Amino acid sequence: MIDILKESRTVRWVGLAAIILIIIGALVPTWVMNNVMFGMARGLAVLGLMVLWRTGLISFGHALYFGIGAYAVALADFGLGVSDLFLRLLFAIGASVVVGFLLGFILRRYRSIFFAMLSLAFSMVLYGILAKMESLGSTDGFSVTPPTILGMEFEDKYALFVAIIVICFVSACLVQFYLKSALGYLTTAIRDNEIRVEYLGYSVRRAIHIKYVISAALAGAAGGILASSLGQVDPDSMVNWTVSGELVFVTIMAGAGSVAAPFLGGVVFQFLQTFSLQYFPDYWQFFEGLTLLLIIFFLPGGIWSLIQKLWVREDKSPEAAE
Amino acid sequence: MQEFITILLDGLTYASYLFIVSVGLTIVFGVMKILNVAHGAFYTWGAYSAAWAITAASEMELPDWVGFPIIIIAAILIGLIIGTIVERGVLQFMHGQDEVLIVLATFGMFLMSESIIKLVFGVDPYFAYQPTTVLGGTSIIGVYRDFYSLSLLLVAGIVAFVCWWSLNRTKWGKLISTVIFDREASLAMGINVNMVYLVVFIIGTAFGALGGAYLAPTLSVAPGLGIEVIVLSFAVVVIGGMGSIPGAVIGALMVGIIRAIAVHKLPEIELFVIFGVMAIVLIIRPEGLFAPAKARTI
Repeated sequence: MIDILKESRTVRWVGLAAIILIIIGALVPTWVMNNVMFGMARGLAVLGLMVLWRTGLISFGHALYFGIGAYAVALADFGLGVSDLFLRLLFAIGASVVVGFLLGFILRRYRSIFFAMLSLAFSMVLYGILAKMESLGSTDGFSVTPPTILGMEFEDKYALFVAIIVICFVSACLVQFYLKSALGYLTTAIRDNEIRVEYLGYSVRRAIHIKYVISAALAGAAGGILASSLGQVDPDSMVNWTVSGELVFVTIMAGAGSVAAPFLGGVVFQFLQTFSLQYFPDYWQFFEGLTLLLIIFFLPGGIWSLIQKLWVREDKSPEAAE
Repeated sequence: MQEFITILLDGLTYASYLFIVSVGLTIVFGVMKILNVAHGAFYTWGAYSAAWAITAASEMELPDWVGFPIIIIAAILIGLIIGTIVERGVLQFMHGQDEVLIVLATFGMFLMSESIIKLVFGVDPYFAYQPTTVLGGTSIIGVYRDFYSLSLLLVAGIVAFVCWWSLNRTKWGKLISTVIFDREASLAMGINVNMVYLVVFIIGTAFGALGGAYLAPTLSVAPGLGIEVIVLSFAVVVIGGMGSIPGAVIGALMVGIIRAIAVHKLPEIELFVIFGVMAIVLIIRPEGLFAPAKARTI
């Protein structure tokens, strides 16, 4: 595994980008750093959706894992007093992996809009429970204490920022490793022709199940990070179907070209949202919807395909187009 | 007994409302194979335009009963205008695309419409209660209900009858069934399929708008109205079977009654139980309870 990662161009570039981000984070004002941080966290969930999207599957219910991750962190903090960021993430990922593994047995039988609808139904079940549960604060949610990192407390958020970048970098590398494995190459094969994959001797359902659990873990981690850094969990901004829709939106906007695309998309989305909510709060959704339509019609590969085009022009070697 | 009547009446009223909204969604899916998230937006447009017109009418001191023609005209106009814009402007270019991409495109239009509504009607809520006061009310075995909410049952009945009659007894219905059965053969026979799509989409939009317009007098019409409606009508349509009108009746009745029982007996599980049923139905019969496995009925 280490060898593959060492040789991979993508890992080198993503690593370089992570280091640059960490340096930039120290120089820019706090609000920029916060936005990058939230964008990267959202990118983690989008990375999960991208893993599914590469097979042509869209989940209209990934807020389920986003919410599970966030509430797992909040409960671990509230019930057990867990404050370490990485320990909290273990809770978030653990909870989403368990739920994703169980639901995966059902969801792996479905494709296309049935997959989307069933995941929507599951996420709305959780929303229904959380929105009505008085002991978990119903629609108001409840607050989460600021995290410590590796047992140390930090005054400013820069340490949290660095930790999140590192988590995102590690996740991107792991996903890259997965996509370059035999199981990962099945991804596109399944999208092209499921029956052929079955004839090759692989189980399509098992491959999709694994994919689903991976994407659940990533979305859960994203929810956990967001709960820790925002200091607040509530069902409407974390579990409602509009949140799932937003994640799907960023997935399509970013494109599925690379493991770096979701993070780029997440950060771009975060800045666009911040600016539009400040200058024209009522019309933000209009631009969101218009962008979605334009990308579907004119730029099916998302933002990343633009970058790819520039890249290829500079460097004509065949592997650059990878 | 009283509790039973209350639950039954609430359930039936709610089911009628769900049916009116979902029937448009199911018709569009049945004919065009489009799962239309923007349907929630049509509902909101119906509600807003009716509420705006009723408020304007009462400011002009017209009698309260003009609310009823206003509701119907609003639904038809929204169907014609918004339906045509959405179908001709976007959806006609998406025929033959991946179903999931079409869902995303309609989601994009849903988001755009949320903003346009704020731009056109402002962000303050509308209260257009006038039509509800015209009809008065009655007691059914000790349970008081106003006639306005009971009239929803009648409207839903009319909508269901009109759908059944026009699909089974008119030339247009025959054309639509042909297109559902085999799009290419219909093209070869000289049916203007694009026209059928447009008409079906306008009708679907008008039903969505009618649901919103008829409900508008009983609600405070405010931004974000369509967000809950669209997932509820997805639940109804999925439970009954996507593309099936009898399925929409059954789905609406199930969701309506279940919700009424939950609200009166165990309010905590209200939403949970609706989507729980939706998930269970999808797991057991993904094509829906009352849709045959292969050929889609309508």
